[in-house]
Amino acid sequence: MSGLLEEMTDRALKLNVPLSVQIDLTYRCNERCVHCYLDHEDYGEMSTAEIKQLLDQLAEAGVFILTLSGGEIFLRKDFFELLEYARRQLTFCVKLKTNAILVRDAEAARIRDLGVESVQISIYSHRPEVHDAITLVPGSLKRSLDAARFLKSQGLRVIFANVLMAQNVQDYPAVRAMAAEMGIESTLDPTITPMMDGNRSVLSLGIGREDLREVFHDTALVGNVEEFCAIADPADENSLHALPCSASHTTCYVSPYGDVFPCVQFPLPTGNVRKQRFIDIWRHSPQMNDVRSIRLKHLTTCTSCTHVSSCSRCPGLAYMEGNMRGPSSQDCERSFARTGIPSANMIAKKRLAADLVQIRNIPSSIGSPAAMA
Amino acid sequence: MTNLYIARNPRAAARNLGGEMMIMSGRDSTLFTLNKTATILWQAADGTTPLNEIVENRICSEFNVALSEALQDAETLARELAGHEIMRISEQPIAGSGGVLR
Repeated sequence: MSGLLEEMTDRALKLNVPLSVQIDLTYRCNERCVHCYLDHEDYGEMSTAEIKQLLDQLAEAGVFILTLSGGEIFLRKDFFELLEYARRQLTFCVKLKTNAILVRDAEAARIRDLGVESVQISIYSHRPEVHDAITLVPGSLKRSLDAARFLKSQGLRVIFANVLMAQNVQDYPAVRAMAAEMGIESTLDPTITPMMDGNRSVLSLGIGREDLREVFHDTALVGNVEEFCAIADPADENSLHALPCSASHTTCYVSPYGDVFPCVQFPLPTGNVRKQRFIDIWRHSPQMNDVRSIRLKHLTTCTSCTHVSSCSRCPGLAYMEGNMRGPSSQDCERSFARTGIPSANMIAKKRLAADLVQIRNIPSSIGSPAAMA
Repeated sequence: MTNLYIARNPRAAARNLGGEMMIMSGRDSTLFTLNKTATILWQAADGTTPLNEIVENRICSEFNVALSEALQDAETLARELAGHEIMRISEQPIAGSGGVLR
């Protein structure tokens, strides 16, 4: 984060201003990524008028950075109308997240004319057989890369976002090299988000402990490995007063149905803009204020963990595990992969597993249909 | 002195945060905050009001400075903002500098 943006974020925090908001315009998508957490049916998306009204309210509330995502944003027939309204009328700093397979030369030119800050495109591999096997759309890698070239040729800032899974983990160095060659930035994320309905089966697609360790020890990614993987100093009173993340403090998320959540990865319902004004939800929702009240010192288990001051703990992932004040196992795995030291949560789980010993064999007749009759 | 017109660059992003104007350049995403004078210029930059009128009505009255001095400073500032592609500057009125100020 640039110094000035950091300063503005601090200011927004003090003023209780949501500096950055993501709106998913739709959950519909033209890809079927194997790890996606969304249900792609349309259960009644906000109309053009509803979204424009929401954008008015966001601008009024002080939102500066507006991320438009999905689903696939270009499946909305009114996408450019909404983008033009957000940029020309309300002067948001707009970032787009897309697979870009519907972006050709004309769309790229229009995005450029509307002064979009950046376009993030999901790219999982440099090899079509790997990327397309994740999106489940033959030819999708080629179309996304063609789009990236169109956008780049317009002088736009393009970012490749690569979610690491067992299926593609070996390809990330080549994706980064391809991005660099195209003059494109790239990001990596080993996080797999559980499905919105709570189904956690997609987590099995994630990379294993050994791969994660290798990623965190790759100098090309992290620079000074010794520094990156060092165990943080023990948390002092000051650091325990720190905020766990920006969700509900300077950022939040709005679904295509108008539901407001602390973050796209934190599905705690806080209100709906079809029923209430955005600013009322932001300022007065009990759930939003509950999230806002949490400091590191309030976390169960994590407060006593070696990694508490350096952990990437996501409160949304913790919430999806059952307790927003609890640990997020994926982040425990990251801390472990980085340092080799198990987290307090991992140690507690191991202890619990050791306590669950079978003290005697269960007679084979119990539980059988004959015994129950 | 030639009359100048100034307009907000539609490619820039802008928001008022607690009384301070945050602007992001459409050219390279550099973030700026504007001081009080620059904020007045930005808010008044509708592309149709001449710069000398803006300075006379909005700046001289606010800061109690002589018109000639204020005009010179304002022109320098406007050219600097134009250099960052935050503002456009022309000797003719400028169309299409819309956007609601918030």
